[in-house]
Amino acid sequence: MAESAQLGKLAIVPAYNEQGMVGRVVRDIKRHAPDFDVLVIDDGSSDATAAEAEANGAAVVRHPFNVGIGGAMQSGFKYALRHGYDVAAQVDGDGQHKPAHLKDLLAKLHSSGEEADMVCGSRFRGDPGYKVPLGRRLGNLVFSVVLTAICRQRITDPTSGFRMTNRRGIELFARDYPHDYPEVEAILMLHANRLRIHEVPVRMNARGYGRSSIDYPRSAYYMAKVLLALFVGLFRRRPTPVEATGEEDLVEPPAQDPATSGGPAR
Amino acid sequence: MSLLPLAANSQVGTKAQVVAVIVAGIFLGVVLELVRRRRLVERYALLWMLAAVALLVLAIWRGALGELADLIGVISPPNALFLIALGVIFVLLLHFSIATSRLSEETKILAQEVARLDAEARAAQKAVTNGDRAGTAAGPPQPAAREPESPAPGATGEREPPSAARTADQ
Repeated sequence: MAESAQLGKLAIVPAYNEQGMVGRVVRDIKRHAPDFDVLVIDDGSSDATAAEAEANGAAVVRHPFNVGIGGAMQSGFKYALRHGYDVAAQVDGDGQHKPAHLKDLLAKLHSSGEEADMVCGSRFRGDPGYKVPLGRRLGNLVFSVVLTAICRQRITDPTSGFRMTNRRGIELFARDYPHDYPEVEAILMLHANRLRIHEVPVRMNARGYGRSSIDYPRSAYYMAKVLLALFVGLFRRRPTPVEATGEEDLVEPPAQDPATSGGPAR
Repeated sequence: MSLLPLAANSQVGTKAQVVAVIVAGIFLGVVLELVRRRRLVERYALLWMLAAVALLVLAIWRGALGELADLIGVISPPNALFLIALGVIFVLLLHFSIATSRLSEETKILAQEVARLDAEARAAQKAVTNGDRAGTAAGPPQPAAREPESPAPGATGEREPPSAARTADQ
């Protein structure tokens, strides 16, 4: 809790069997964004991911088994909330996100003041930096069109995980975060909670190590699941603004959230 | 080939067809409502919605059922429907058995983790309260107690066996 004294910034690095990459990601963050603390979420890896992360000076949260990217990120947000961080960013452990862009995200988050609660790094507002596969591009376009219509603002890269959020976003996501393929739904959640989203152009790397968690049979499930979630999400009761909810008692309830079906709407 | 079953099927009352459509519709609605209330995750919702849509298709498009019956060599299309439904239910049940097995395994791992953390926390507590008496023993557990999020490197090895055993089980 010693961190709460300063304006704490946390880089959350979800990693699953990324022992070959996670060390470099941690070092890159420390080099390009030295004011960020680094937290690696080892999501039940069977390799030396946690040891690699620790050896490079990151704090590590270990899941005893794999719970998926959504659960991993939520662990990160809970950690950020409990330790009083004001800013939390997601930097994937596979090395796809360039930590050098963290300062761009941060600048946008701060320059727009209270306007932006979440800043997303978008590959499609400029040069993506690598050749995005066509299938990925098309899937992204579908979500982009749907979300742009729902949020009434241009969302160009809803599947990008390279994001930064402020205290409000941390509180929201520590309470409730989608299970699998969470990025698209997270934007809808922000919108439903009346939090503001901005995008900044970023370049990304083609993945350097390991393979994508999304292969062909899964991408069909991905599309169906996310579209269903978006559709159903439209009919959820709109929650009260985040300001109205308590601050400190948010630390404990999330633990029961998945079981009790409570959700932020109640 | 497709004409024959169609003709045979048209004797089935439209009343039954309407009922089937209504039931499938209600079922779809219930599944969506469960997802909305977060009582059902999307993964299983998609499974049930697929079943509901299949039922809907078979109810509306009678020829399909006849063709399907022909394909699997069942003379009476309604029997083919029962057979298929039984098969789908069987697969679903198997799927849930697998999911339940995974959950119980994960619960066991969680219980073991909590027990280990509890033991470590109590050992650290004891070391702190004993203070100077157990000065040497207080060394190692203390960092673990102060920062429970990052376990000591020694714990890394200890935790491998359960997850390895889990994958071996499946």
